[in-house]
Amino acid sequence: MSGQKIGVYVCHCGSNINGVVNCSKVAEEAAQLDGVVVSKDYKYMCSDPGQEMIKADIKEKGLDRVVVAACSPRMHEPTFRKALEGGGLNGYLLEMANIREHVSWVTKDKEEATKKALALVKGAVNRVKYHQPIEEKEVPVNDATLVIGAGIAGIQAALQVAEAGHKVYLIEKKQYIGGNMAKFDKTFPTLDCAACILTPKMVDVGQNPNIELYTSSEVIKVDGYVGNFTVTVKEKPRYINHEKCTGCGDCATACIMKNRIPHEFDEGLSKRGAAYIPFPQAVPLKAVIDDQNCLLLTRKKCTLACVKACGRKAINFNQHETIHEFNVGSIILATGFDLFDAKRAPQYGYGRYPNVINGLQFERMTNASGPTSGHILLEDGTEPKSVAIIHCVGSRDENYNKYCSRVCCMSSVKFAHMVKDHTDAEVYEFYIDMRTFGKGYEEFYNRVQEEGVHFIRGKGAEVAQKNGRLVVKAEDTLLGQYREIPVDLVILNTALEPRVDAEKVAQTLGISRSADGFFLESHIKLDPVTTTTDGIYLAGCCQSPKDIPDSVAQGSAAASQSLAIIATGKVKISPISASVDENQCAGCRICVGLCPYRAIKLNEETLRAEINQAVCKGCGTCAAACPSGAIKVSHFDNDQLLAQIEGVLA
Amino acid sequence: MSENFEPKILGILCNWCSYAGADLAGTSRLKYPANIRIVRVMCSGRVEPTLILKAFQEGADGVLVSGCHPGDCHYVDGNIKTLRRTPLISRLLTQIGIEPERFKQVWVSASEGEKFGKIVEQMVEDIKKIGPYQKKTGDALDTVAHEVYQSTKEVAATGEEGGSHCG
Repeated sequence: MSGQKIGVYVCHCGSNINGVVNCSKVAEEAAQLDGVVVSKDYKYMCSDPGQEMIKADIKEKGLDRVVVAACSPRMHEPTFRKALEGGGLNGYLLEMANIREHVSWVTKDKEEATKKALALVKGAVNRVKYHQPIEEKEVPVNDATLVIGAGIAGIQAALQVAEAGHKVYLIEKKQYIGGNMAKFDKTFPTLDCAACILTPKMVDVGQNPNIELYTSSEVIKVDGYVGNFTVTVKEKPRYINHEKCTGCGDCATACIMKNRIPHEFDEGLSKRGAAYIPFPQAVPLKAVIDDQNCLLLTRKKCTLACVKACGRKAINFNQHETIHEFNVGSIILATGFDLFDAKRAPQYGYGRYPNVINGLQFERMTNASGPTSGHILLEDGTEPKSVAIIHCVGSRDENYNKYCSRVCCMSSVKFAHMVKDHTDAEVYEFYIDMRTFGKGYEEFYNRVQEEGVHFIRGKGAEVAQKNGRLVVKAEDTLLGQYREIPVDLVILNTALEPRVDAEKVAQTLGISRSADGFFLESHIKLDPVTTTTDGIYLAGCCQSPKDIPDSVAQGSAAASQSLAIIATGKVKISPISASVDENQCAGCRICVGLCPYRAIKLNEETLRAEINQAVCKGCGTCAAACPSGAIKVSHFDNDQLLAQIEGVLA
Repeated sequence: MSENFEPKILGILCNWCSYAGADLAGTSRLKYPANIRIVRVMCSGRVEPTLILKAFQEGADGVLVSGCHPGDCHYVDGNIKTLRRTPLISRLLTQIGIEPERFKQVWVSASEGEKFGKIVEQMVEDIKKIGPYQKKTGDALDTVAHEVYQSTKEVAATGEEGGSHCG
């Protein structure tokens, strides 16, 4: 490894690194290392002048290897690889020493930090000597897109890709699209009716020839990589022939289970039968048979009233699960949120006291097509005279979720307005902090304040029953006083939580979740739409709680990511892969069974293992197990790793 | 053993979960001891005994291997191979006279920056208790490391089958 010309560049990152690590000392000492011909420190290596410095040194000083000691390679490795290429060197002749995330940001002692930074630089210099140029693989992109979840974010993404002329497979777990937004009545801050703005989009989804919609369906398997995913989808039987069903609802009227099962769409405020139409504007507007409650499907015994009632003979109990397979280039994940179950916070009496409801139930109540035809009513059918709205139920609470659910302040203000609009009731809002951050939000809050709503700054601590009336207990922190306020109706504005099956979905797609359970983005600020798996994008509340404008914006952003790779027609994929040295392979087959992608086969003629480069993803598990050291992993080979270990421990 | 013994720890972290978790500890500005030196691999399944033996040969007092939680592996189940390999490595280390406490294998996800910091803290504390790893000349480590790494080539050269090795 002699005769190499290595350039070392130590980045100050302003004061981010230099404030803790003595960068000039690191550069000075790195200059003494074997093979290093240039060693410099500079304020911002990722800036234009920083990159130009590398390019110029490659050309003028004939560098053939480069070490950049800066931030995490997960952040800027692509940047510096491009800089090397700009100077005429292969990008893989770069090694980064992570002296920001792994040193300056986590170490208090400056001397210790400088010592550790130097150790990491030594490791990088040692390692880079063994680097080989690698050509990045380019693969064609399938121009279809898979969108998982047909709430507002998924619908927005699907429509945008489809309108650009490309195929979309839209997969929805429920029997209808629209997600949580379809249940809303009005939307803040403009009080647009949710159905009025959502329904046209839902209809567009149903009519767009580029969108293939699969309801009652779930993604069960994802194979492949960016540009070339193969997705397996399981479609549950609806027991309704979609071609024939007109959505007339005759089966729902006939079903002998009619008015006996709590209706999910109305959040349990109304009852339905086992055959039912989810809601009047449902897309697709087709009847549904609930296999958990249908007497024929559960007990094999029924009068078949629905079958007799259906004039179109659309009911078919012989339907089975169908498995579909799609090839797509990218995947947009928009699976939304679950509402925090207020029963988990028993102090609020949800499920115990009548007239304690959650926000979605209130939405259904105020919705003209909802269970009370838009009237705000107590269980006894009368109008409430006073209403309490409690913020942050399950959010900003160490016991449940630490995060702020973002939308509840504004929806609470909207609820207060709706109560004032529909009734003569007094309204009390219990809030910790009022967060009205969006366009037109603060103005809406001011307007509702003027409507005479009482805003009490203090977290609603408990809902109790006294003399047959509900009482909300709270500390009014502005008055410095404990208060008990008797009310007729309590609306709990509960947290937005990750879907219960988020873990399973993350595993199916091979993506990560953040500590709060929502799907993890590549970078919280600069890359909030992509995941760490290339070609899989996020939209809407599955990434974090957000309101409708933000969900729509992220849906569009995810669509444009997908359209961008379709427009390029090809993507670069990681060239890191394993290969077998035929002369060393003993044909023991250990690697064959270890490969998670079945990329390794034993060549029956030569009796040596062979790795299919198109399938190999470069994890290196085979190389780690090969007893004869015959398997090499490009860029993560033993020579490189051992040299690095020697360097960092020196 | 000296009072102010600062152990040297090698951390071998998978790119997708644990390295990202260590990065998160950084972006969250969580402080943990500077005793750990991190080397990145794509998957914890890539970690072979050779790398761990090499670390001890080069003067490490402890080695930490971390991957994605079972079920979360970016490469389907590379981490399960790690899990299977871990007890074998521990046993190998014990056999050649290295305290098994010096080798730790954990799961850290991309969102567990805090957990990563705590693991490092704990490991430094634990190793401070058992003291520095003092490699003696001619001890079993060199022989075994040599055997594991070098002899593979001879095995191949003689065409002998190596089916008895652990995978």
